[in-house]
Amino acid sequence: MITLSAIEKNYQMGDQTVHALRGVDLHIARNEFVAFIGASGSGKSTMMNIVGCLDRPSAGTYQLNGRDVATMESDELALVRNAEIGFIFQSFHLLPRATALDNVAQPLIYRGIGHKERNRLAAEALDHVGLGSRMHHRPNELSGGQRQRVAIARALVGKPAILLADEPTGNLDSSTSLEILDLIKEVHRNGQTVVMVTHEPEIAAQCHRIVRLHDGRVLSDVRNAPGD
Amino acid sequence: MFLLLESVRSALNSIRAHRMRSFLTSLGIIIGVASVITVISLIQGLSKSVTKQFEGLGGNSLTITAHNTMKDAMRGKFNELRFEDIDQLRSHVDEIADVSPLFLMSSPIVRFGSTETTARVMATTPTYQEVQQRFASMGRFLSDSDESSARRVAVIGPKLIESLHLPENPIGQYISFSNEWFKIIGVMEKRGELFGMSQDDYVIIPFRTGRSLMGNNQRLRNMQFTVSLKDISKLEEVKPRIKAVMRKSHKLDPDAPDDFEMESSDQLSKSLDSITATVTLVMGGIVGIALLVGGIGIMNIMLVSVTERTREIGICKAIGARSRDIMMQFLIEAVTLSVLGGLIGLILGYGLGFGISKMIPDFPDAVVPWWAVVLSFVFSAGVGIVFGVMPASKAAKLDPIEALRYE
Repeated sequence: MITLSAIEKNYQMGDQTVHALRGVDLHIARNEFVAFIGASGSGKSTMMNIVGCLDRPSAGTYQLNGRDVATMESDELALVRNAEIGFIFQSFHLLPRATALDNVAQPLIYRGIGHKERNRLAAEALDHVGLGSRMHHRPNELSGGQRQRVAIARALVGKPAILLADEPTGNLDSSTSLEILDLIKEVHRNGQTVVMVTHEPEIAAQCHRIVRLHDGRVLSDVRNAPGD
Repeated sequence: MFLLLESVRSALNSIRAHRMRSFLTSLGIIIGVASVITVISLIQGLSKSVTKQFEGLGGNSLTITAHNTMKDAMRGKFNELRFEDIDQLRSHVDEIADVSPLFLMSSPIVRFGSTETTARVMATTPTYQEVQQRFASMGRFLSDSDESSARRVAVIGPKLIESLHLPENPIGQYISFSNEWFKIIGVMEKRGELFGMSQDDYVIIPFRTGRSLMGNNQRLRNMQFTVSLKDISKLEEVKPRIKAVMRKSHKLDPDAPDDFEMESSDQLSKSLDSITATVTLVMGGIVGIALLVGGIGIMNIMLVSVTERTREIGICKAIGARSRDIMMQFLIEAVTLSVLGGLIGLILGYGLGFGISKMIPDFPDAVVPWWAVVLSFVFSAGVGIVFGVMPASKAAKLDPIEALRYE
């Protein structure tokens, strides 16, 4: 499903070249539940951006569902993101002036789905994450946990190949974190491929595979059997 | 089309979210469009009513007046039309239906009993009412026998009934000027005011009567001939004939300039049109500046808005918006702002024009021509596009990763 080979990413910072990734090979199969962990500066954010098609590698190839996305133009990448990837961010990243329903429906606009159908799908997705009663609230009227649920609904509404979560519990208290984590696990149980970036070992411990990054390289890649 | 519709929807949402700011942003456009519509509606109303009044001047006629160059006038030399010219024109130009001569008497004081007023006293022939298309509303106009026997009769403008305190029906009353008495035989129909001046304070007497009062040797600097043609479509062909006859009658040398001028009534309305065109053009310039300023206002706010919404743009890009989706969204927002401003300006301008025309007495009603409506829409939309492109392309070019990190 996801095949990264010899991925490199270099940034130009002034007259210095930063090597964020120095040759990463990785394969992620359908319905895996993977965690990327590592200290800050290890390259996990860069990994996340490349896997999420927000950024292109400097070298190497990236096959997503059989398509080479490493060489695509930015507008093509936008279409790939829209169709194949659902994002969840640490700080939720909801549109502040739109209701929960409109937020969830937003990705479907770029797919050319009409207003009615959009709202129907978005309402369904919100029901699924348990927010059916708060559809018409704006983000500032929702709690952190509820906001992250809206974000999850938005990530899943387009039925993407991968759910990509960047520190999804980083801004939440521990009990809400567990709720969100349970929700993500449920999504995985329903057949979704999930890739999560985190620096918290106890969150990573819930995943089935842990990829540890260090200095732009894969340090370890181990199977994990979560306790529950 | 789908993209356009969604962009309009999102633009309206965003404008609704910042009502006050949106209003202030479009204020430049509102004021620009409102002022142009006000002025255009007033000018158009005015020119419409003036044209209507000029139409009464006899569409199939040609006016001949004496022409004096500035140089001649300063030397005290004045050209004039002569009585012989009339006979010359009548007998030598076949296409002429009639020549109606007219001159103003020099004494403008008219008396009735102990009341006196100033009025234009015109001496002319019975054909005047056909040529000028103005008719008596009471009594009758001058007749051929009035003319041939040089009777002391007068047809007056309706304003004089008021200013001379004449009875409601003044037929048969006597008025005097130049120490002569004239019997009122008719009252002309009312024409109202043009530029606030009454057009109804005049006295018409038979041409020969006037001529005998003046004496044949007196100079008639202000005489004019109104020539009506049998067939107005021949106007351009007849003009040179008339010119030749007049030159011969005035015994001008072949290389001497004309000492008379010919003007057809459509020339008058043409020159009026050119005045309104000039005013409209000048207004257009002012409005152009207003719209430019308004456009810069919109660009400024859109740039602020792009910066403010950097993170939102990043989010939209992350969930699949292409550059062109973002571009469209911001462009449509700018256009919606300016078109809404244009719409408000249009309504405001029409209201103002209407109000002003009602406030000034006797001012014709304001008229908003359809082209002004279309023009203000096109202009405000154009301003939106021109000044929206820069902020919109700035938004579209944002890198999603950078934009998401933006605080």
